[in-house]
This record gives sequence, structure tokens and C-alpha cells, in this order.
Amino acid sequence: MRIFDPHIHMTSRTTDDYEAMYAAGVRAVVEPAFWLGQPRTSPASFFDYFDALLGWEPFRAAQYGIAHHCTIALNPKEANDPRCTPVLDELPRYLVKDGVVAVGEIGYDSMTPAEDHALAAQLQLAAEHGLPAMVHTPHRDKLTGLRRTIDVVRESALAPDRVLLDHLNETTVREAKDSGAWLGFSVYPDTKMDEDRMVAVLDEYGPEKVLVNSAADWGKSDPLKTRKVADAMLKAGFDEDAVDLVLWRNPVAFYGLSGRLDLDLTAPGALHEGNSILRGGE
Amino acid sequence: MIPRAELDARLGGAARAWLDEALAEAAHTAARPSAGYGTAPWELRFASAGRHLGADVLDDARVLLLVTARVDAPTATRIYQQGTAAERRAVLLALADLGIEPSAGVPLVEDALRANDTRLVAAAVGPYAAAHLDPHAWRHAVLKCLFTAVSVDAVASLRERAHGDAELARMLGDYAKERIAAGRPVPDDLHRVLALTGAEES
Repeated sequence: MRIFDPHIHMTSRTTDDYEAMYAAGVRAVVEPAFWLGQPRTSPASFFDYFDALLGWEPFRAAQYGIAHHCTIALNPKEANDPRCTPVLDELPRYLVKDGVVAVGEIGYDSMTPAEDHALAAQLQLAAEHGLPAMVHTPHRDKLTGLRRTIDVVRESALAPDRVLLDHLNETTVREAKDSGAWLGFSVYPDTKMDEDRMVAVLDEYGPEKVLVNSAADWGKSDPLKTRKVADAMLKAGFDEDAVDLVLWRNPVAFYGLSGRLDLDLTAPGALHEGNSILRGGE
Repeated sequence: MIPRAELDARLGGAARAWLDEALAEAAHTAARPSAGYGTAPWELRFASAGRHLGADVLDDARVLLLVTARVDAPTATRIYQQGTAAERRAVLLALADLGIEPSAGVPLVEDALRANDTRLVAAAVGPYAAAHLDPHAWRHAVLKCLFTAVSVDAVASLRERAHGDAELARMLGDYAKERIAAGRPVPDDLHRVLALTGAEES
């Protein structure tokens, strides 16, 4: 079974996780730029983070046989802090990079005017750079947030079929599907979705344009949730083709819209056959 | 740097045409370095070369772009500092061909040698490092290769610089003892470099 986790924050995870993910069938991940738990106070702090998503983290992933791409953006939460908003001006130099397959995570947190501005500006940047957009829907007041998100997308230069609406659930999936966007579901141990509810949603709405992710980060989360959903799908009677569609072909098709997805993992070979992570602990 | 014709032979038609345009833009910038505002078009090509040319020729093509654009030290430094790991690699590989003065180039090499990304370490120990790293930094670079399992084949002028280096021989000997004490294998490359120093194995 081949698995693509389209939303996971590997910066916050250990090499044990990479090892377990590979064993479970994960061969590709996309790491969206997001909030780090501790608020940042200057743009430079973002740039070091973005550089890590384009340098150290893909190197680390490759050591474990996993292709790593990222999405770059100013996240909605920190878009409210005027110390951080200058990040928006520097995004174009990141959005041309080879490893960047979407603008994201963008969207709403508290639905403020500053978030309106950041969302609209970054949808425009996505359109200008030939990138799709990965849009997270808010945790609080979710359905209102989803509707407002869809309105902003409709007013933007980016077509809805180049947008992934993430963190969906039973209350938002219908309107999200009707918008023509790709549908993302985060499966968590306690919050967001779980495996059985995910299967029920797939049963009702079908697997087309559905992406399932672990969204694993520094909080209570599980990087193997993608595999657990695949197993739950098989148990519920979905065939292997449907599993492959949701856990591999859909994420490949969505992020492939960037024209930058490179899944031929060349293990750091030739002049760099070493393994400075495995060796680092010796 | 590999010649253009050799690079062309490894590219398909569309990739070759893309590289033609990219190199023309780089040559244009080289001829009129201060013209225009914003990012020079060739720099956008430099950043996006991976998805147009593929991984196999990427290093060589990016080096060719840097050399064709005749980037100066401040530009090389900026491109390195704002680059992905793959872009940084290209700057490191191009330093010698660009003739960047050591006051600007050595800090980039030192930055890469602080990394644990073996792609950067391998690119840092080329001819530029051989020519400009002081003995202490160069010995640590060799040792870093052994620690991170970067083949010492990547180390330029290894034979010449290692020859007669008693301090390097001591460092290698101590590292070998540390590995043996831990019950771990001594890398084959360590014996190779030790032999090049001319020291007897103890």
C-alpha cells in the first residue's frame, strides 16, 4: 500500500515517526507552513522556518525513503500580528522554489479583517505563481468560516478546483463539495475526524477529490492515521483502488497542479551517500 | 564546470530550449549587471531549474547559470542565503569558477560545513575549500566527511593537502580509537586518508 500524507508537520516529529511512517507505507508527505505553538515576533524567524522546509526537512525525510514537499504561507493566526505581516512581502521569492507545491496553510482563525486581507492576498499570490492553495477551515465557528472562505475564493483569481479546503467534517463537507474545491480531512486521536467517521463520510460523499491527512504536529496527534484510515476503508468494504485513490492519487493530482511534484526519490547518493542523521547519534 | 555541449547531450529538447533561454537571460545580466529593478529573470530560472531540467543535470546547469551571469560576491552570498539546500549546493560548487574572493566565499563554505545535510557538506569540500580553508578548518572538514559518511572522494586536493599533515594524522588516529572503544567499525576512508598523511597506523 502506498500512502501520501498531504498535511503533516514533520518539523515537530522525530526520526522514529519517519521510520514508522515508512513501515506503514508512507512514501510522500507535504508539510504546510503553520504556527509553531510559540508565537513568532519577527519575519526573520519565519524565513529560517521556511528555509528548513526547503532544506533540512526534505533531507531528513529522504533518509527514510520519503519524498518531502512543502507549502509556504503566512498562517492565519500570525497574520493578525503586525510584527509578522511583512512576511507577505517576501513570499514571492519562496513561491518560485522547486520544493513548494502550494500556498498554505492559509484561511481563517478568528475571522478578522487582517485575516481577510492575508487570505485574499495569498490566493492572489497562488494564482500568480501557478500554484494551488491549501486553505484550512477554522476550528471555531467552522460552518460560518467555511462559507466566508468559499466567498473569498470565489472572488479571487484562483479557480475553486485549485483549492483544497482542509479540516472538514460532517457539518461542512456538503457545502465544501458543492463549491468545486478539493476536500481535506484531518484525522486525529481526539479532535477533528476519526477513522470510522471518515469512512462514513467517504461512504456518503464518495472518494472523488477527497484527501485524508494526519495533520500530525507538536500536539496530540498520530502520524500513522493515514494508514489507519486506509485499513478502516478496506474493513468497511472499499476496494484497494478506492484506498489508492484517496491515499495516493488524489493528493498526487492536487499537488501535481503545481507542476513541481517530484516523487522520484533519489536517496542522497553519489557524493553524499552518508547518513548524518543516523550517524549523528553515534 | 562541465561544458555546455556535454550538458546538452543529457537534456531533452524542451529542457534544452529552456536552458537556452535561461542562459541568454544570465548572459544579458552579465553584460548589464545594474540594469532593471527587482529579481533578475535568470534568478527565477535558477530557482525553478529543478522542475524544468530534472535532478540529474541540476547541479551542472545551475553552476553554468551562475558562471554565465558572472555573479559577484554579494550576489553569490544573497543567492546562497536565500536558497534551498539544492540552490546552496550550486553556489558552493561554483565558487571556484566564479573567482569569489575568500573573504566572501569562505564564510559560505564554513556555513555549509556546519550543516548536517550531507549534500551541503559534500559540495563544500571542493576545489574552493582546498584553495582557501586554513589548516584547522580543512582538517575539521575532512573529519566531518568521515563522521557523516560523505565519501572523501568529494574532498578536492586531498592527496596534496593531507600529505605530511601530522596534526590530521593525530586527529584521525584519535577518531579511530574512539570508534574502536565504542565497538564500532572504523570507516574505510579513515585508513585511506591516514595513509595519505604518510603516518604509520598505530
